[in-house]
Amino acid sequence: MDKRELLSAEHVYKYFDGTPILQDINLKIKSGEVVVIIGPSGCGKSTLLRCLNGLEKIAEGKIELDGDMVDPASKEICRLRERIGMVFQSYELFPHKTILDNITLAPIKVQKRKRTEAEEEALKLLERIGLSAHKDKRPSQLSGGQKQRVAIARALIMHPELLLLDEITAALDPEMVREVLEVVLDLAKEGRTMLIVTHEMAFARAVADRIIFMDEGRIIEEGTPERIFEAPETERLQRFLDNMSF
Amino acid sequence: MDTEAIREYLPRFAEAFLLTVRIGWMGIGLSLVIGIAGAFILHYRVPVLKGLTKGYIELFRNTPLLVQLFFIYFGLPKLGVMISPEVCGFVGLGLLGGSYMAESFRSGLEAVPGIQSESALSLGMNRRQIFFYVVLPQAFAVSSPSVVANVIFLLKETSVFSAISLMDLMFTAKDLIGLYYRTTECLTLLVVFYVIMLLPVSIVGRVLEKKVRSGYSHG
Amino acid sequence: MGDVITGLGFDVLWKGSNWLRLLGGLLTALEISLFSVLISLAAGSLLGVLMSLNKKAIDIFSKLYLEIIRIMPQMVLLFIVYFGAARAWGLNFSPETASVIVFSLWGTAEMSDLVRGSLQSIPKAQYESSAALGMSTAKTYIYVIIPQMIRRTLPGTINLITRMIKTTSLVMMIGIVEVLKVGQQIIEANRKSSPNAAFGVFATIFLLYFLACWPISCLSRYLEKKAV
Repeated sequence: MDKRELLSAEHVYKYFDGTPILQDINLKIKSGEVVVIIGPSGCGKSTLLRCLNGLEKIAEGKIELDGDMVDPASKEICRLRERIGMVFQSYELFPHKTILDNITLAPIKVQKRKRTEAEEEALKLLERIGLSAHKDKRPSQLSGGQKQRVAIARALIMHPELLLLDEITAALDPEMVREVLEVVLDLAKEGRTMLIVTHEMAFARAVADRIIFMDEGRIIEEGTPERIFEAPETERLQRFLDNMSF
Repeated sequence: MDTEAIREYLPRFAEAFLLTVRIGWMGIGLSLVIGIAGAFILHYRVPVLKGLTKGYIELFRNTPLLVQLFFIYFGLPKLGVMISPEVCGFVGLGLLGGSYMAESFRSGLEAVPGIQSESALSLGMNRRQIFFYVVLPQAFAVSSPSVVANVIFLLKETSVFSAISLMDLMFTAKDLIGLYYRTTECLTLLVVFYVIMLLPVSIVGRVLEKKVRSGYSHG
Repeated sequence: MGDVITGLGFDVLWKGSNWLRLLGGLLTALEISLFSVLISLAAGSLLGVLMSLNKKAIDIFSKLYLEIIRIMPQMVLLFIVYFGAARAWGLNFSPETASVIVFSLWGTAEMSDLVRGSLQSIPKAQYESSAALGMSTAKTYIYVIIPQMIRRTLPGTINLITRMIKTTSLVMMIGIVEVLKVGQQIIEANRKSSPNAAFGVFATIFLLYFLACWPISCLSRYLEKKAV
């Protein structure tokens, strides 16, 4: 498999009202790699994800996707965001559109693809996530787990090179977490490049090639799942893992 | 009640009704245009225009239509701005309504969470695409009950048009009462025509409100 | 500057007691508003509480009442009460009485809907937790429900006052000498000496109404923000 470097962040700093949120973040993701970020709430992991596709402006440092600068101020940012898919904790489907239209809106309007072609692919994706029967419903008629699967399909149809998943199960009822995580595991198997923020430790362990532990805006440790979970090097990670109930 | 008299007055009332409805809906059309423009200016904080829009909204929301019409119809000609009663009614209602519509659309725009725009951004949409495909349709849906309430309010406000000698329903009723003293018949016709004008809108409004309230949660 | 004032017809305001007359006219309108608001507050609150009880007869009556009042322009109601009542039942109301009746009917409808809405928005658990603390129904209402209700209805109630003030401008149409009518009289009396008086006088009335309503609107908005 091609193991070229897809995403790189170098010396990234970010502040909110003078408070440092991200400090000296260095991160490289290879094509086909699944990286999971763990860490306590407020450690900056969600902010990092938002910086990576240019939703937030960084104060210092450099973020590149396959050699192209990610810069919210540049004219090219929309083209770059097309290549980076993102799924949010709160799904953020468009409430005024049907499920099918939610998925086809961006390919038709942004990528200028033909409606018939976009719908064909959307239907395939819906079948894959087991929601074909719901294609004409509105988001408000779906359960949280179903909505989140649709949100994943909406990101996939853009054929992103990288997928960012921001705590996608955090807002779900426990019985719905599984159906969403299974979709993600499936994506990992087919070799998708993903950067995942999650609190589900068992899932992190199962899906990740590499785990990054963040605290107070810094990357504290990183390594294979076995290394991180079985032999934490720092006291902070040790304490964090002790507090997480498995 | 004298049905003969009612039959006799009916054509005059029908004519007045058409005039009232025509100017009323034209004014509402103008108010929608002003309202959308005003809401856009306020929501996206367009410099200079924002202050002017705010001032306009406060001024017209805090004064009666009757006073606005008197000022436009009797006052402005002294500055050389001469307009017919019809245009005055249309412009006056449009300006009053615009100040209400702007507030409705603005709160509709505000009701769309910022993260909706972000999720559209993450799909590669540009600002224009996000406004037209994501934000505006949702804002319209959210503000539709209050827009319909404004429409009802404005249609009712047309009842002061007679003050600037527009031959509307009120004018006709008053005129006929003065001429023939058939008060009951005239008032009945007046009520009937206002019901015809307002009841359908009121029903549409209730249906819309139910629709928006049920199942328009974000997510 | 003086030329501009004269040219635009503002000068008539300083002739004789014209300023006082105008303000007196405004006061007449405000008085009618005040009476109507007070009646609406009392009657509307009562009706609102009754409506929240979910009694069928009250529901039918109040729905009908609210629908009729809301669909009819106040101007039409004013005509019905002022001209129609005299004709139908021989009731000869003075224009002032007719105005207060109409505006109170309208204000009561608006107020009752505010009160009903706020009562229904208070969660059931509030009643239950008060009962769990051993409060009687009366105590529950006095200490728990009504204070919350007042906070929720206050912005809307204050807003109703500005709407009432604006609505009272209609009374000139049934012959009450309020600020617009006084303005017309002043313009008429100075037709020769100050031909542009219509601009100055109506601009002034425009401003007077704004000054009467705007502070109240601001207060209502402030309370609304605070309540959230």
